[in-house]
Amino acid sequence: MTTTGKHPGSPAATEDPAPPPRRTPARGGTSAPAPLRWLRRNAVVLAGVASLCYLLLPNAVVMLFSFNKPAGRFNYEWRMFSTDAWTDPCGVADMCGSLGLSLQIALLATVFATAFGTFAAFALARYRFRGKGTGNALIFLPMAMPEVVMGASLGTLFLNTRVAFGFVTILIAHIMFCLSFVVVAVKARVMSMDPRLEEAARDLYAGPLQTFLRVTLPLAAPGIAAGAMLSFALSFDDFIITQFNAGPSTVTFPMFVWGAAQRGVPVQVNVIGTAMFLIAVAVVLGGQIAAGRRRRRG
Amino acid sequence: MTATGAPASEGAAPPTGTGPLSTGSAQGDASGTAARRGRRKLTPYWLLLPAGLWLALFFVAPFFYQASTSVQSGSLEDGFRVTWDFTNYSDALAMYGPHFLRSFLYAATATVLCLLIGYPLAYLIAFRAGRWRGLLLVMVIAPFFTSFLIRTLAWKTILSDAGPVVGVLKSLHVLDVTSQLGLTGDDRLLATPLAVVCGLTYNFLPFMILPLYSSLERIDLSLHEAARDLYATPATVFRKVTFPLSLPGVVAGTLLTFIPASGDYINAQLLGSPNTQMVGNAIQKQFLNVLDYPAAAAMSFILMAIILIAVSVYMRKAGTEELV
Repeated sequence: MTTTGKHPGSPAATEDPAPPPRRTPARGGTSAPAPLRWLRRNAVVLAGVASLCYLLLPNAVVMLFSFNKPAGRFNYEWRMFSTDAWTDPCGVADMCGSLGLSLQIALLATVFATAFGTFAAFALARYRFRGKGTGNALIFLPMAMPEVVMGASLGTLFLNTRVAFGFVTILIAHIMFCLSFVVVAVKARVMSMDPRLEEAARDLYAGPLQTFLRVTLPLAAPGIAAGAMLSFALSFDDFIITQFNAGPSTVTFPMFVWGAAQRGVPVQVNVIGTAMFLIAVAVVLGGQIAAGRRRRRG
Repeated sequence: MTATGAPASEGAAPPTGTGPLSTGSAQGDASGTAARRGRRKLTPYWLLLPAGLWLALFFVAPFFYQASTSVQSGSLEDGFRVTWDFTNYSDALAMYGPHFLRSFLYAATATVLCLLIGYPLAYLIAFRAGRWRGLLLVMVIAPFFTSFLIRTLAWKTILSDAGPVVGVLKSLHVLDVTSQLGLTGDDRLLATPLAVVCGLTYNFLPFMILPLYSSLERIDLSLHEAARDLYATPATVFRKVTFPLSLPGVVAGTLLTFIPASGDYINAQLLGSPNTQMVGNAIQKQFLNVLDYPAAAAMSFILMAIILIAVSVYMRKAGTEELV
């Protein structure tokens, strides 16, 4: 709340004493005609919905064009409806292979980044120690660095140490940039946890391990899950850092799409994009509905 | 998601930091021998070790290699050697000065646009959405689930020369105005600065909306009521209460959009033309195509330095250092 410093005291209290009541305290002008008044009251809703449309428009286009049958190699202009791509999603050479590689890397990167990040988050949230500031800065900096800088510098390291570019270098890079996001997500959760719950567990003769497994870990789980999901999404979708650290035979899915953008984009790319979108939305919505139902019951 | 909400709560660290786990001596069960307390003291370091080591090796160390590479000279065939050749830096600025300028100009424009487009949506979700709040949040994150390269390619379809957007803008003579301003040309949207900025704005919009939302959501609604009771108009309530209280979100959001946008080369490559290339394109080309690693290292170093300076100045100005 640094901002309140600019407005000494409560913002409302320092307001000019009793501005001339041009308007009745009831919101909106009473003089304006009804449609205009409605528009004024809901302007923010309309603007918000417009931005949401801007945000979702490309997804709609990707979905629509997954049913296209383009004339040439590029799928940019609508020609006719077809379900060819959906019935043969792996019909493009190398695409499903790259998808598998991306999933593999994302899964491994998630496991390592989540484990390391969770440890670090507990250290930074629960302990006071010399060097904590440095630790926080080290975690924060990768998020404040453009990807191209991180990618190029890590690539320079591998070049200089003569490490062959490939699966391992991509994995190292992905764990590196996912770590910070896990730490931030888990740390936020751990700091909001009530330490008295763990005290209570110990008062009830739970050992340190038992306290951790039965109290601390379940409480921190939502933060850990959020960090893991974030890592997976970031790793799966990363292009810039990957491009600087990949070998000639390790083409991830985003790299495949990048190459395709030069040579010709197959419709199957849209199929994959749409399928991932639908699956993820279904999972998230399902989780929300389940959580809501549990809350109502509990 | 919660990621952006975390840094702001840093200010609350000391009270929770002194929880039972951090002060072994205050515990009732402190049969704590010196050895045990010694081990306790080391625990945070052990916990921090894997992540710290990983970042030291693969995030910090690369910068030293990059620094040394940036003052090397030579060629790919003969090998590069450290010659303290700072001409790499002056050459980079001389050759790619316009790229640097464009990067920061486009990124700044996209950041402002993100703020203007994102604020109403964040406000809507925080205050007006009611039971639709969860669904709207999912819809803000949902685009992430499709690879962003695919979504950027979709803009190629949307902005294509024969597409509806160009058609409508043409019939409204908007394109005439923008081409007068040098933003577009030849009745096209693709391959223009406008398309690149549009793509950047789109790609980083969620990074603006989420921190904005998380700071708006924390505002105590009774403050709004108090302001209204004191005869503040809705506009005044926003100007004097809502917006100042959302500033931490504004700062976080602008950083989260500006930093990645200034280093981006995908939008410039897919939606732009050779005349809209940004510094990211130059680094990528030098590193991956020309294989002139010293030049790439020098440029990447300049970009990093400018961003670090800009960010620290901005954060000091905004007075939200607790964000880190």
